[in-house]
Amino acid sequence: MAAAEGPVLLFPSTSSTSARVEAVVVFNICDSYVRRPDQAERVIGTLLGSVLPDGTVHVRNSYVVPHNESPDQVALDIEYHHNMYASHHKVNPKEVIVGWFSTGFGVSGGSTLIHDFYSREVQSPIHLTVDTGFTRGDASIKAYISSNLSLGDRHLAAQFQEIPLDLRMLEAGKVGFDILKSTIVEKLPNDLEGMESSMEKLYVLIDEIYKYVDDVVEGRVAPDNKIGRFISDAVASMPKLSPAAFDKLFNDRIQDNLALVYLSSITRTQISIAEKLNTAAQIL
Amino acid sequence: MANPAAAAGPSGGARSFLQAVSTVTEEAPSPLRVVQMEGLAVLKIIKHCEEFAPALVTGQLLGLDVGSVLEVTNCFPFPMREDDEEADADGANYQLEMMRCLREVNVDNNTVGWYQSCLLGSFQTVELIETFMNYQENIRRCVCIVYDPSRSNQGVLALKALKLTDSFMDLYRNNGLTGEKLREKKLSWVDIFEEIPIKVSNSALVSAFMMELEPESPVSQCDFDRLKLQENMARKAAGEEPLPEEDPSNPIFKPIPEPSRLEGYLVTNQISSYCNHINGVAGQNFNRLYLMKALQED
Repeated sequence: MAAAEGPVLLFPSTSSTSARVEAVVVFNICDSYVRRPDQAERVIGTLLGSVLPDGTVHVRNSYVVPHNESPDQVALDIEYHHNMYASHHKVNPKEVIVGWFSTGFGVSGGSTLIHDFYSREVQSPIHLTVDTGFTRGDASIKAYISSNLSLGDRHLAAQFQEIPLDLRMLEAGKVGFDILKSTIVEKLPNDLEGMESSMEKLYVLIDEIYKYVDDVVEGRVAPDNKIGRFISDAVASMPKLSPAAFDKLFNDRIQDNLALVYLSSITRTQISIAEKLNTAAQIL
Repeated sequence: MANPAAAAGPSGGARSFLQAVSTVTEEAPSPLRVVQMEGLAVLKIIKHCEEFAPALVTGQLLGLDVGSVLEVTNCFPFPMREDDEEADADGANYQLEMMRCLREVNVDNNTVGWYQSCLLGSFQTVELIETFMNYQENIRRCVCIVYDPSRSNQGVLALKALKLTDSFMDLYRNNGLTGEKLREKKLSWVDIFEEIPIKVSNSALVSAFMMELEPESPVSQCDFDRLKLQENMARKAAGEEPLPEEDPSNPIFKPIPEPSRLEGYLVTNQISSYCNHINGVAGQNFNRLYLMKALQED
């Protein structure tokens, strides 16, 4: 049928898919690379997650799948993949297969075969590559989708197209990147230490803004309206309260908190008395 | 609500493996000083606990026992528990299957304890102690990692590593929890749990990646949470009451049936941890308030 109309080169329509990756996925991929078997050049595995309403693929979980690779063929442990998926599914049924990952830079030879396999597991899987070898000197993480390039009804090649990847890792931001960045952290920060570091950062930021505003006023730096608006928004976000009203609010809250501390101290005293009573019974 | 501690108990199927493990760690015990967790394990625990909060969940910790350091290099979550025997058998199968699969990809295949989520620091329960005794029978060195998702909204990484003290375990095993015996051994409520400091380690590879990938912004979500700036400011500006700092539904006020000595001790422990918690929160509040004051004066 296609031949009658003459051969047509069909290019895939560009889609607006994008992907978002959480830190736990990057951590897991790095860990499995470090633990890869002898002689294995790369590790591959399954990506789990969900597709958000706007079409973004949100990668939230991953597991490595054992495989063997020679120049002309790839053997994937499909049974392992299915077992692992079943296990993950028991814990969180909302996480489904969304694609697969591989270490290394960019798409490599055997990838089309593996991608074919995942295309049968899920419609339009994404392919995530994590350059654990730092081949280009930087931490390159890329996401691709694949589409078939065909001439008439003849399949010519598979094309991997890079898609935008969101690496902000919002969920890890809650933990604080400080403990994730260094190779060793001696102690987890407690309430007040955390507060202190946040305050210090705020201080630094305020100083920076002061300096910028001064520089602009003195004419040392070219003014940028955008930054100016941000600053004015930030200043405007401070509620304008009369000093009296603020003092009342402030003092009330301080009193509340002092009352809390007081009550908790009383409770502690209560506990020590109970303990003393316990030992006193021994003497009697 | 799911019963977290009981779900974590090693079930019949897993025991044979755990026993095999215990024979390896039979040498002279040196006291446990530090729990060293990989960033991967920390993230996995947080992911699991946060996703299911406020439901309580548990999972298993995998790692290595190296002298006085217990390394937690990986972990896996347990499915939510259903209350029938079939589900129990299922859970045991799941656990074995998961261990087998992880071993195949060279993950440390050594159980070193379990993790569980808790609400507002209320983890001191009889179930936790029973689970601990169960684990301890098979693994000499084991810890329980407790994570409190309710506190992460305040920008606090509420991870705790716990174990039972040896003297308490002795008494518990010999049913010695009567007032007299407790006094004899001078065991008070502070001597039940022992908190072990947590260290976090990351492989050089992960550390390199995070260095490169860390977002440009010098402030993280964590900082916003701690300072609680945005939301309360907006509310104050709108003339509304600021958000309450604490969840008002406090689980401690449930009725306690027949208080035994142990329960009393546990409740004391709980109250004491609430007190610590309150002091921490109040401390943070003072900081926030003075910060607001300074801003207002400028």
